Amino acid sequence: MSVKTMVKTTTPVKTTIIAQFQQVAREQDRMLAPLSDDLKLIQSGLDSLSFAIIVARLEDSLGVDPFNEAEAVEFPVTFGDFVRLYERFAK
Amino acid sequence: MPSESLWESISGAGVPGGRLHGIRHVVPLADLAGGTSLGGRLEELRARSVLLSTRDQLSAALALIELDGVARRLVLCTPDLAPEHLPQVMRDAGADAWVGGETGPVHGSGISIRIEARPELTRTEASRRRSCATEWVLLTSGTTGAPKLVLHTLASLTSALPAARAPAEPLVWSTFYDIRRYGGLQVFLRGVHAGSLVLSDPVEPASAFLARAAGAGVTHISGTPSHWRRALMSGAAATIAPRYVRLSGEIADQGILDSLRGAYPQATVAHAFASTEAGVAFEVRDGRAGFPASLIGAPGDVELRVAEETLQIRSPGTAQRYLGEGAEPLRAADGFVDTGDRVEESQGRYHFMGRRGGVINVGGLKVHPEEVEAVINAHPWVRMSLVRARRNAITGAIVTAEVVIVSGSDGRGTPPPAEVLTRELTERCRRSLAPHKVPAMIRVVPALEVSPTGKLVRPVA
Repeated sequence: MSVKTMVKTTTPVKTTIIAQFQQVAREQDRMLAPLSDDLKLIQSGLDSLSFAIIVARLEDSLGVDPFNEAEAVEFPVTFGDFVRLYERFAK
Repeated sequence: MPSESLWESISGAGVPGGRLHGIRHVVPLADLAGGTSLGGRLEELRARSVLLSTRDQLSAALALIELDGVARRLVLCTPDLAPEHLPQVMRDAGADAWVGGETGPVHGSGISIRIEARPELTRTEASRRRSCATEWVLLTSGTTGAPKLVLHTLASLTSALPAARAPAEPLVWSTFYDIRRYGGLQVFLRGVHAGSLVLSDPVEPASAFLARAAGAGVTHISGTPSHWRRALMSGAAATIAPRYVRLSGEIADQGILDSLRGAYPQATVAHAFASTEAGVAFEVRDGRAGFPASLIGAPGDVELRVAEETLQIRSPGTAQRYLGEGAEPLRAADGFVDTGDRVEESQGRYHFMGRRGGVINVGGLKVHPEEVEAVINAHPWVRMSLVRARRNAITGAIVTAEVVIVSGSDGRGTPPPAEVLTRELTERCRRSLAPHKVPAMIRVVPALEVSPTGKLVRPVA
């Protein structure tokens, strides 16, 4: 990922999410794939327990759990989808 | 069935020399020979079903000794019994008499006699003639919050007492329990047979209670692991120097056993398994958590078996039945009581894994909160912990933990900062538990709620 794209696409929410992915991957001994927007979550190297932990921790740090919102949520497929979902609800 | 009443059993070997120590009054047991706590009205309660509902434990203790063999049935109400449950308890017990404090059930409730029990004795000429084998009814909290009435006799309640009830040298027993609960009642019965008894009081801080027990020369003392953690946290644990320390009512993990061994190096630290329904099953004295697998299927009065990973017990100490219309059976057809406590064997030893139904499901994988708590509680700076489920959209639930750390007042210096401790705990859990059992969050909290029964309050699943 070039410096230019980082600057263009990084928001505070995204920064928090990236940090949490890296932290949980470390804790769970998972090899995390580079976090590009088009990375399919299924190929990120994280298992469902890792995602469960990420979602719970993001609820604590961002104050939102988009998967628990009354409004039906389309399950994110890529890392970019995941970030957009949080950006939508974190407002 | 014993052919003697509790009083006859206590005084059988001669005038008892022990005392009952309440928070304000001390009553020599010998004074019960010509004394009464019931204002001399014992005879009115003959063959009655008596609701015993005093606030303080000393009045209850005296009334129990007076009433066994006289009343047809004794219902041991605990002070935390909610008023809205009282009508059901009275109905199920067929209660027609009330022994208690100043306030009692309303008129028209079938109660025709009300007697105030006092924590002091007055002289009486009346003899305490035994005319029946009194039924003892204990209350346990049911799943819906309404109490269940568990029927025992003096024979089933005393079945686990040593055969020689009065030891050569008198003992001083004490307990953090209320004596109207099964664990406390066991200590009451031991105390009055073996010497003296120091009763606790809910308004009394742990340090004051321990000082009172020390003043009475306590030799034997019992409580739940949560009671003991509170005592250790009070900074006053060293006030007493007992010879025997007993834990029951909750899982005794290695952390609390080691803490008590450290606090009372001169004492035997024993953990017992008992329940109101199943009675006392066994006692473990080797200082290790869990119990030897050899106890399962061993011949003897108390028989243990494991069915569907759950401990089942048959013994002379098990209760007869639940009281009340439509009450479920208490024992199976073959006499075994299902304890609902899950056990798992590893290397010749069974360990308790928590209550059936208390399991957390993480993406289809089971987690027993108590198993995780045992790992956390083994950390030297942890006093107690509560592991619970947190709802999660990905795996249904994840595991979280709340931790109370050892306070500086224990004289152990300054505990590590919360973030250091939680990191250490996470690493500890990761080393010894499967990934789904490792708490995703660990939070240091100032305290955890302990129920009136002396047990950690667990959220209802």
